Amino acid sequence: MKWETVIGLEIHAQLATKSKIFSGASTSYGVEPNTQACAIDLGMPGVLPVLNRDVVRMAVMFGLAIGAEIARRSVFARKNYFYPDLPKGYQISQYELPIVQKGQTAIDLEDGSSKVVGITRAHLEEDAGKSLHEDFQGQSGIDLNRAGTPLLEIVSEPDLRSAKEAVAYMKKLHQLVVYLGICDGNMQEGSFRCDANVSVRPKGDPKFGTRAEIKNLNSFRFVERAIEFEIERQIDLIESGGTVVQETRLYDPDKGETRSMRGKEEANDYRYFPDPDLLPLVLDEAFINAARTELPELPDAKKQRFMEQYGLSGYDASVLTVSRDLAGYYEATVAALGGEPKLCANWVMGDFSAFLNKDNRDIADSPVDSVRLAGLLRRIEDRTISGKIAKEVFEAMWAGEGDADAIIEKRSLRQITDTSAIEKVIDDVMAGNPDQLAQYRAGKDKLFGFFVGQVMKLSKGKANPQQVNELLMEKLKG
Amino acid sequence: MHDKTIAQISAGLAAGEFSSEELTRALLERVEQFNPQLNAFITITAGSALAQARAADRRRQQGEAVPLTGIPIAHKDIFCTDGIRTSCGSRMLDRFIAPYNATVVEKLNAAGTVMLGKTNMDEFAMGSSNETSFYGPVRNPWDLDAVPGGSSGGSAAAVAARLTPGATGTDTGGSIRQPAALCGITGLKPTYGRVSRWGMIAYASSLDQGGPMARTAEDCALLLGAMAGFDPRDSTCVDRAVPDYVAALNQPLAGLKIGLPKEYFGEGLDRQVAQAVEAAIAEYRKLGAEPVEISLPNSQLAIPAYYVVAPAECSSNLARFDGVRYGHRCENPKDLLDLYTRSRGEGFGAEVTRRILVGTFALSAGYYDAYYLKAQQIRRLISDDFRRAFEQVDVIMGPTSPTAAFNLGEKADDPITMYLSDIYTIAVNLAGLPGLSLPVGFAGQRPVGLQLIGNYFAEDRLLNVAHRYQQVTDWHERVPAGF
Amino acid sequence: MTPLGTAEVAKIAHLARLAIREEDAPAYASNLSAILELVEQMNAVDTTGVTPMAHPLDMAQRLRPDEISETNYRDYFQAIAPRTEAGLYLVPKVIE
Repeated sequence: MKWETVIGLEIHAQLATKSKIFSGASTSYGVEPNTQACAIDLGMPGVLPVLNRDVVRMAVMFGLAIGAEIARRSVFARKNYFYPDLPKGYQISQYELPIVQKGQTAIDLEDGSSKVVGITRAHLEEDAGKSLHEDFQGQSGIDLNRAGTPLLEIVSEPDLRSAKEAVAYMKKLHQLVVYLGICDGNMQEGSFRCDANVSVRPKGDPKFGTRAEIKNLNSFRFVERAIEFEIERQIDLIESGGTVVQETRLYDPDKGETRSMRGKEEANDYRYFPDPDLLPLVLDEAFINAARTELPELPDAKKQRFMEQYGLSGYDASVLTVSRDLAGYYEATVAALGGEPKLCANWVMGDFSAFLNKDNRDIADSPVDSVRLAGLLRRIEDRTISGKIAKEVFEAMWAGEGDADAIIEKRSLRQITDTSAIEKVIDDVMAGNPDQLAQYRAGKDKLFGFFVGQVMKLSKGKANPQQVNELLMEKLKG
Repeated sequence: MHDKTIAQISAGLAAGEFSSEELTRALLERVEQFNPQLNAFITITAGSALAQARAADRRRQQGEAVPLTGIPIAHKDIFCTDGIRTSCGSRMLDRFIAPYNATVVEKLNAAGTVMLGKTNMDEFAMGSSNETSFYGPVRNPWDLDAVPGGSSGGSAAAVAARLTPGATGTDTGGSIRQPAALCGITGLKPTYGRVSRWGMIAYASSLDQGGPMARTAEDCALLLGAMAGFDPRDSTCVDRAVPDYVAALNQPLAGLKIGLPKEYFGEGLDRQVAQAVEAAIAEYRKLGAEPVEISLPNSQLAIPAYYVVAPAECSSNLARFDGVRYGHRCENPKDLLDLYTRSRGEGFGAEVTRRILVGTFALSAGYYDAYYLKAQQIRRLISDDFRRAFEQVDVIMGPTSPTAAFNLGEKADDPITMYLSDIYTIAVNLAGLPGLSLPVGFAGQRPVGLQLIGNYFAEDRLLNVAHRYQQVTDWHERVPAGF
Repeated sequence: MTPLGTAEVAKIAHLARLAIREEDAPAYASNLSAILELVEQMNAVDTTGVTPMAHPLDMAQRLRPDEISETNYRDYFQAIAPRTEAGLYLVPKVIE
């Protein structure tokens, strides 16, 4: 039987606010346990929540960016359950009336086509704390610093049909929230994570199969592997006569498998009801318009513009618009150089990105800014140095040795374009390699490369390669 | 000295007749003397009271006193008091030292009041007789065999027995007005949102409201003026100027339209209570007011709707008491479930348990629409009844409670009968309106209260209407024998 | 509806994480049944089309500026905690 996979993702993006969604405690990461849990976050008796304006602004920006409906009136509800990392015994979340409804985004598929993925809703909620399972005399430790951190939960339609599509969608949303500046996107710190609902059905069957929910996937790789494992598990199960049960599963990255979360499986009855401590969130046009004016150029639009304005391929435009910082750097380089967009693209995507990766640096603290990179490219363009020498210069620039001109001067890397000087080197090479010269003239054309190499070596790489070729060709003929 | 009202004390302090410290010592002595009988206080804060009194006296010397500076009061033990046990009448919080002040406490501290102690109450404000307190029942100073009403029974009894001239209370379904009525004092439940709920331990968030309890409407006006006002920490607190309640007290009542809901004078109303209420209405007629009969047709639905809304909210509000971060924790929990169920089972008394169970059930899958949603709709109908009534009348009047104080133990084992004693007060909370109870006579030796209900934010009008009555009557001056 | 029995009470009590002694269960069952019967008087009224009222005041949620206004009070808060260690609240082992 042919099987079709149906996947929907629930993505939790932590909103990049200074303070928590309902309290004035800091959201910064990695501090001493419970030092950022105020009376509200701890659920002390008598405390009350007040909603953070920026959380609302960020949710609206996201909604606008995915072409969604922004609810003029949305409601916070309480989701009631007991868990040690949930101090009040309920989580404040939006249930029946979420702030963002019915949006969509397009993802690029491997075959080059693109696919629209529906986004059912995005709602605001508070994060829980953390249970630490290191042994404290047989006890667990509870750290509530994260409790009350604002989350935007983004729920997709079950439109995804493979693990690869799921990853493409997750990457797309990751790019979007980071572009919007509403999430730092740091997956290791849990700022962007997802739950995947996975089911399979016989191809052509209009009914959905029973789904399993895989919780808390915090890397693109885990999403892909977990879903692939889960698809195979479900198909194997059904084909061997079993049935899939609706349940929550956890992905174990060490074993590369998903397993059932037993114990949490008792029927949950969350007893949602509108939180009486909070009033309906009412948004007027002014608020929404203000959020609209804060929208940056979005990734899809930017990519399109790069293709049109700079004549780049779709691939190059995608790579260069992967982040706002990279796109900005690229555009600044082109502007500083005053043209040559393809040359700039090659360098920004090539050596520049490679060095950033190697040093694990952000663009913001790159040792080579866009003006300096343009200074280097200008010397390629005016043939002061060759592309090959430029790599050496770039490396020196990266190491902090100064700008391109200074390095070229200091290291005497200026390209030799004087014909007589190049001819002199060629003469020396021919004189020094009589055997090869004889073989070449006897018809062993392949040796041409040898002579080029020798000339470049003797000129310390500075001879203009094009001239070397032309002159060699001439002289070797004899 | 102890028999003076807040207004009289304020004048006496201003005139230098006595100091706040002298007064505070005198009242603390009375508390020591009578509390064993009444059980009105859970915690007596003599040390900090004297320090506050001395600070108030210094402030007065520096010419910075306001009318409440140096006035001793008591706080219902539902208001968090920084560094002082805040028990909410529950074993759950028996050893809970609050780490911050409620806004109401903060505001009254800023005015220079002196806190004598924390008053007894029904556990988590759930009760109408003060018998559900972990610290035992409070007795009614008018008759030690009678209940003081609840849940603010300790505050009411302490004021009636002249242990304190004023106290704070909270009212979710009648918890200020009913004990005020049963103890013969004046108590005001403000409009929902008038007084901050920050630091007031929540029972039912959409109904709870703090307010003043004192002997006279004038004293309530003084206290409310300091308690009310916007608080950025409470999303449900209204950003609206606080009027000068004292200045409004003496407005004449000529032409005042009083609505008498026929539903409040029917079956179940004690004859002596009815007589006292009717006599009070006759007095209002003399003051120039015009009583007219009105109808609040959905009145009989208030108790059913309340016993869904309040338990539902409480089941969620009280989920935080789990033995993890503060409060009672059972001995040697064998696992997490055991920690939760035993800590909560041991920490909560029977009435709290009942309401948590009812609320949990009403919100559970499959029942939400039939109970919670239905109750919210009934709430709308009840609120609409009042809206229509206030198109015709300025205030609504009726009995606060169908009977005078009942005997201790009389209804303790029958929750339904107990619930019905709040039949006239509950609708006001569902609608979020202000309500006031003032003493208007006796049924035997037990006091009777008249309830005034006003339109939204008409606290000034209610206090004015009560004050004019108290200018021409002396029910509020009666002192229970032995006190 | 039919009165609640002790089994239903046990189920609700579990959802509410309340330990109820076996000997108290029948009394709670009868109390709860009586309260629900009282509550069901609501059914006497047709509320079709009536907008539910979640709140007494018809107001919208106020928004606060995104500012850090709280500082670290951990020691003060944990002074009233039943069990802590190394700044953490301790509970019996949480099983995932």
